[in-house]
Amino acid sequence: MSLKDKLNELHERGLAEIKKSGDLKDVNQVRVSLLGKKGPITEVLRGMRDLDAEERPKVGAFANEIRDDLTAALAKRREELENAVLNAKLTNEAIDVTLPGTPVAKGEPHVIQQIVDQIEDLFLGMGYQVLSGPEVEEDKYNFEMMNLPKNHPARDMQDTFYITKEILMRTQTSPMQARTLETHDFSKGPLKMISPGVVYRRDTDDPTHSHQFHQVEGLVIDKHITMADLKGTLQVLAHELFGDKFDVRLRPSYFPFTEPSVEADITCFNCGGKGCKVCKNTGWIEVLGAGMVHPNVLKMAGVDADVYGGFAFGVGPDRFAMLKYGVDDIRNFYLNDVRFLNQFTKKG
Amino acid sequence: MKISYNWIKEYLDLNVKPADLAEKIERTSVEVDSVVKPSDGLKKIVVGHVLSIEAHPDSDHLHICQVDVGEDEPLQIVCGAPNIAEGQMVIVALPGSRIADNVKIKKSKMRGIPSAGMICSLQEIGFPEAVVPKTYVEGIYVLPADAMPGDDVYDYLGMNDSLIDLDVTPNRGDMLSLYGALHDLSAIYDLPVKFDQPAVKEAGEPTADQLSIHVDEALAPQYKMRLVKQVKLAPSPMWLQIRLWNAGYRPINNVVDVTNYIMLKYGQPLHAFDYDKFAGQDVYVRNAKQGEKLTTLDEGEHDLDPNDIVIADEKAPIALAGVMGGLDTAIADGTTTVAIEAAVFEHDHIRKAAQRHNLHTDASQRFERGVNRTGLQDALDAAAQMMDELAGGTVQAGTVVAADNVPAPAVIDITMTHINAVLGTTLDQPQVTHILEMLGCTVTAAGDTLTVTVPVRRNDIHIPADLLEEIARIYGYDELPATLPTGRMTMGELTTAQKLMRATRHSLEGLGLNQAISYALTTEDKAKMFLMQPSETTKLAWPMSVDHAVLRMNVITGLLDDIAYNSARKVKDVALYEQGRVFYREDGTERPSEQEHIAGAITGTLLPAAWDQPAKDVDFYQVKGIVAAYLKDMAVNGDVTYVANTDMPEMHPGRTADILVHGHRIGFMGQVHPTVAKQFKIGATYVFELNLQAIIDMPKQENQYDVISRYPAITRDVAMLVDNDVTNDQIVELIEKRGGAHLQSVKLFDIYDGVKVPKGKKSLAYTLTYQDKHETLVDDAVTQAFEKVEKRLQDDLGVEIR
Ligand SMILES: [Zn+2]
Repeated sequence: MSLKDKLNELHERGLAEIKKSGDLKDVNQVRVSLLGKKGPITEVLRGMRDLDAEERPKVGAFANEIRDDLTAALAKRREELENAVLNAKLTNEAIDVTLPGTPVAKGEPHVIQQIVDQIEDLFLGMGYQVLSGPEVEEDKYNFEMMNLPKNHPARDMQDTFYITKEILMRTQTSPMQARTLETHDFSKGPLKMISPGVVYRRDTDDPTHSHQFHQVEGLVIDKHITMADLKGTLQVLAHELFGDKFDVRLRPSYFPFTEPSVEADITCFNCGGKGCKVCKNTGWIEVLGAGMVHPNVLKMAGVDADVYGGFAFGVGPDRFAMLKYGVDDIRNFYLNDVRFLNQFTKKG
Repeated sequence: MKISYNWIKEYLDLNVKPADLAEKIERTSVEVDSVVKPSDGLKKIVVGHVLSIEAHPDSDHLHICQVDVGEDEPLQIVCGAPNIAEGQMVIVALPGSRIADNVKIKKSKMRGIPSAGMICSLQEIGFPEAVVPKTYVEGIYVLPADAMPGDDVYDYLGMNDSLIDLDVTPNRGDMLSLYGALHDLSAIYDLPVKFDQPAVKEAGEPTADQLSIHVDEALAPQYKMRLVKQVKLAPSPMWLQIRLWNAGYRPINNVVDVTNYIMLKYGQPLHAFDYDKFAGQDVYVRNAKQGEKLTTLDEGEHDLDPNDIVIADEKAPIALAGVMGGLDTAIADGTTTVAIEAAVFEHDHIRKAAQRHNLHTDASQRFERGVNRTGLQDALDAAAQMMDELAGGTVQAGTVVAADNVPAPAVIDITMTHINAVLGTTLDQPQVTHILEMLGCTVTAAGDTLTVTVPVRRNDIHIPADLLEEIARIYGYDELPATLPTGRMTMGELTTAQKLMRATRHSLEGLGLNQAISYALTTEDKAKMFLMQPSETTKLAWPMSVDHAVLRMNVITGLLDDIAYNSARKVKDVALYEQGRVFYREDGTERPSEQEHIAGAITGTLLPAAWDQPAKDVDFYQVKGIVAAYLKDMAVNGDVTYVANTDMPEMHPGRTADILVHGHRIGFMGQVHPTVAKQFKIGATYVFELNLQAIIDMPKQENQYDVISRYPAITRDVAMLVDNDVTNDQIVELIEKRGGAHLQSVKLFDIYDGVKVPKGKKSLAYTLTYQDKHETLVDDAVTQAFEKVEKRLQDDLGVEIR
């Protein structure tokens, strides 16, 4: 048998033994018996002395090749066996992955805040400023400059918490219209603002009335603002808050500070417009009041009503939240029952 | 106001269903509260002829009636009504019928006698009691004698009409009548209306010879009267009664009903006086005098105010003008001569009188909003003529006109350019002109400009913007395009303060607190608690309740109310924060200043107990951790320090700290005083409140990059025994001051005051970390620095190194 044949035979036997080895100890023994100083390969290499000078390097190279291959096979087998041991150990460490996770502290924004933020973000994206005004207002801004002089019958529509004859808790965010119109410099650009905040009415608290609630006022004044722009803007707002499939319609209404005045309805979410109890079978739900700013409001604030004009709207986040989530009692928003607050975790 | 669909159809050739008409009105004119067909929901209710009645053997008030309902055999029905009589035509609910409120009527026995159905009152088939004629309130209703047994009763009673209830806004007083509504509908549907106006047949003496009227024209710019003599009071004919009860009015007699009917039709309130009860022939329209009294038709007694307008005769007031007539001169049995008043009273006086006497009547409502100033004579004539026809009266010759100041119609110039520029439309002149003309305006065009003369009855239209509304609504809001404002660009960006307020909320939510929104109006006691600066209270002049009467000067009490609410519902773990305003007022000022605050309140545990984690009751240090993390989040530039505060009355004297930034107090935190917690009925609660405005105004640290050292850090631990009154702050401050150039941090890692520690002492242990940015520290250098610190601790604070 030539040396080469011997080596081939050793190679095959070696691979078979490696494959047979069942644990790390076996692998070690196989390694010593094959590749050790007294092992067969070393022995074969010793026999190379008898070869002629031409054959010797070839057989030498071949022997090295086989030794390397066996070494690699041993390493691979070792790794396989090590992994098996580790996996067996890890399997024993298995836990119940269905046990609850460790609690971490996490608070939620108030549902009204979520809606206000959503409205703010929408209008910020359309180039509006966000302005906030005083909650304790002057009669002048809350009423008079909103075209509601002292004896105006519509003052009966709003029951007011007065502090003194001239100082009151604002009944609406509209006074911010007068305040910003007074100070805005139209040479710097149009006025586009929203003003969110808390307002107060002299009401007895019950499921549908709260003496404290929220409003977001909107106001756009420039040289070429149209009622169509108002309609488009309210449509964008409805789509943002409720979804794209909601439609907006305008109806005539009356507010002293807008002319024309409209009420905006959106598609009833309960029935999608087919008509149900929630929408009194109309398919529509009233959500906000709006209109083109009354020239008197502009004039009283010192704005030239022949040059500038625009629209205003007022939305009630409380009402939105009640409609959107079917909240049946407005007082829930101000009692802060944790079980209530924790229901509104989806932002936006 | 309830308006009849059938009545509208008499004047307007409409081809729409009642529901569609109502929808159209709502979309174009005024809001509609409801559309009701009174017969809806009723079933098998027919005319019955009472053939005979006999007393029930076992009852003193029941009768056994044989009733012809148009079938082969009469029905036997037991009836308890006191006014049942033989020969009457009555309302019968047959077996299997449905009456009001969806009640089902079945065959039954009443005290042993079979009864096949029920003889009904009007209330039992859905009429509100307030509209049922007085005669029939206590019993069954008797139909006209020509009713056919077996017929459905609905048409006899006007119940197949549809009633559209209009919710008229304050500006649209013109819509409070049939004629007013017809004007609008005519424009809406682009259809002509056929108004009718009867000619008055006058006879008898000149009215002016029988009546003199003296009017203060500032109080009543228009005032007219007619006299109708020889009237014979009787119930009105069915058609009139139906019109009235369908509109919500109780039929009374053929004189009073006429005045109500004319008001419904023309919108002009009329009042009918019994002329024979006047003291003398002179009538005065004047202010009431101090001390005068009046008993009104509803038998209410009123002390009159000098600001009230009254109608008076020689002796006394006989009516509260524009609100309600007096009882003494009311139409009553025996009245034969009627004085009909048609007037316009100054609206502000009427509004205040209605409020003052709490008498909000249909007349006052119309005068407050303004009636058709050009329609008085028509209404007066129509009323007189009806009293002739229905009550056999003789209309006396002529009208006494005491005042007749009709305002001039508004004339408004508007350009087509303006109309389209404001509405965003491309309307042309014929379109606009047509709309305005259908509304009763006259329009003349000159180039781009339209000159519009508005009918006087539309007292809400004065300026171009008012015309824009008319054009827009009749053209249709649905027809308007939907666009977004164009023009000069603007930036939409939150201000620094707004950004910080948002960041504040996000930070506290991240730290485990739910946002609360509590009431800013509270009790006086609560308003004054947890005060961060001296302030006067601000009180409502007329609060609805003591619970919400004073403006808050702290945010915490609202949160404590919230905790109490939760606690009462067995929710024991509550962690809330609130961002909102407090209201501080200086003595001598009316208006408080508003300051943004941020506050938190935690009770129970911040983290619930779980299978792998025991619950830990909230304590001072948890809240301090939250406050510190929050202030770090806000990048407050400056040393934040916490100084014990033993003086806040609502706080635990040993567990409260002021929060200072650069020595400036911005708030406080700690445990609510157990006595206060008890008042609120809550358990141990930890709170903080910060002046958010101060945080907004403070300079902030800019983010900057600092190279992270590549060289190893060396740590040294030191444990020491110190006197109890030495604070952590003192020790850390000293270590930081004396720790040398390479001291990177000092961290407390243990506190022990157990049995092995001598009384009055505590054991504290700190880890000091040293590091150099530029080279590896030499152990010796660290040891040297560390020993120096140890010595200073011993010398300066008297600690015992362990
Ligand atoms: Zn619906």
